[in-house]
Amino acid sequence: MTDAALPDALVAIREDFLALDVRDRLQLLLEFSNELPEVPERFAARPELLEPVPECQAPIAFITEIETSDGEPRVHFHASAPPGAPTSRGFASILAQGLDGLTPDQVVAIPADYPLTLGLAEAVSPLRLRGMTALLTRAKRQVAERLAS
Amino acid sequence: MPVAVDDTEPKFAEYAHPERLVSTSWLAEHLGEPGLVVVESDEDVLLYETGHIPGAVKIDWHLDLNDPLVRDYVDGEGFARLLGSRGISRDTTIVLYGDRSNWWAAYALWVFSLFGHPDVRLLDGGREKWVAEGRELTISSPDVAPVPYPVVPREDGAIRAFKEDVLEHLGNPLVDIRSPQEYTGERTHMPDYPEEGALRGGHIPTARNVPWARAVAEDASFRPRAELEGIYGDGGDGSGLGLGADDSIITYCRIGERSSHTWFVLTHLLGIPDVRNYDGSWTEWGNAVRVPIVKGAEPGLAPVR
Repeated sequence: MTDAALPDALVAIREDFLALDVRDRLQLLLEFSNELPEVPERFAARPELLEPVPECQAPIAFITEIETSDGEPRVHFHASAPPGAPTSRGFASILAQGLDGLTPDQVVAIPADYPLTLGLAEAVSPLRLRGMTALLTRAKRQVAERLAS
Repeated sequence: MPVAVDDTEPKFAEYAHPERLVSTSWLAEHLGEPGLVVVESDEDVLLYETGHIPGAVKIDWHLDLNDPLVRDYVDGEGFARLLGSRGISRDTTIVLYGDRSNWWAAYALWVFSLFGHPDVRLLDGGREKWVAEGRELTISSPDVAPVPYPVVPREDGAIRAFKEDVLEHLGNPLVDIRSPQEYTGERTHMPDYPEEGALRGGHIPTARNVPWARAVAEDASFRPRAELEGIYGDGGDGSGLGLGADDSIITYCRIGERSSHTWFVLTHLLGIPDVRNYDGSWTEWGNAVRVPIVKGAEPGLAPVR
C-alpha cells in the first residue's frame, strides 16, 4: 500500500471499513450511498457539464471544481447516480467525502489503488470495484487538467 | 409439501412451462408459506439491503455463484453449502427475482438448473414490477435456519455450451443477445457498462441478433407467448428467427447473463428442449485465438470444415 500521500479523510474512511466484517462493510457502503449529496443546482440544470463514468454499471456522472478559500485552492467533487444504483452511489459518496476540501495537489497524489484497499473486494466483488477505481482515476485526471489550464 | 403452481394468470397458461413463473400477486399471497423460499439476485449488490421482499434471502452472482479462482461456477459442494445456508433444501420451491427485468435472477435460475434443482421459478416482472405496484419491502434480515442440501454434481452437458461446443455447433441456430452495436463490432461492450476487454468486435458466424429486451414488456414482465413466437418463431410472415422445437440452439451475450434470460424464454416459455447457454460468451470468443468471427450486420456464413 502506498500510504505516504493519503489524506486524513481517506485514511479515516479506510479504517472505518477495515474495522468491520465483510457483511457490515456492505452496510457502511449503504450508509455512504444514502449520504451522497445532491448535485448543486448550477450543475443539476446542466448535466452535460458532468463527466460520465462508463466503467460503472449504473449511469453515474461527476464534476470537480477548484475553489479558492483562505488563499488556498480547494477541490470539490459532485456526483449524481440514480437511487436504484446504491453501490455506485456509495462509491461516489466515499470520494465526495474523502476528496472534499483537499488541495488539487493532494487529489492528484492520491494512490490510484485506494479503492482496492478498503476491504470491499470480498463484499462487492473485484469487478464491481473497477467502477470506483475508474471514478477516482477520472477525478484525478480532471483535477490535473484544471490545474494545467 | 409442494407449493402450488400459480394458475391465476391466463398469460402463463399459454407458455410451455407455466409452472416456471409466478405473478407478483400470487407471491404476495404465498409469502411465508412452508416450503417456499424467495431469493433476490441483482446486478447491484446493495439493492437487496435497500429493501427486499419480506423473507427473501440474497444470492449474488459475483460473490456466491462463481468459483473465486477458476472462471467457472461453484461445484456441487459449494452449491450445497450456499443453498443450505439460505434455508433451501432439495424439495424447496425457489422463487427468484431481481433488478433489470430479472437478468441476474434468470442467470441464477440457469445456474440452479445446472444442479437440477427441481422447482425453481421466476417472479414475472421481477423487482421492478413488485416495486412499481407499491408492494411491501423490508430492510430487516430474515431469520434463516440453515438446512442440509445434498451434494449434487453439476451437469453442464444439457444446458451449458463451451467454446468447443460452439465451434462444433456452427451451422445450427445461434442467438446473439447483445446490443446491435456489440453485434456488428462497433463496440465490444455494452453502453454504460464496464469494459471487460474483448480484443475483437463482432459476432459468432451465423448468429442472429435479438437483444434480450425484446422478450420483455414495459412493466418488465415477459411478453405473451404469441408475441414471443413472433420474435423467435416464424413470426407468421417469416419475420421471426424461425426457431422451433426441433432446433438445437445456443444463446450467448457478453458474459452469459443476458443470454440466460433468453435461454429461459426459449426453454421454459416456448418449450424448445435443446437450448444451451454459452456463458464464455463474447468475453471468451472475442479474445480466443483463431476462432472465426463476423463483423457487420449480416450473420455471415459458417466456416467450411
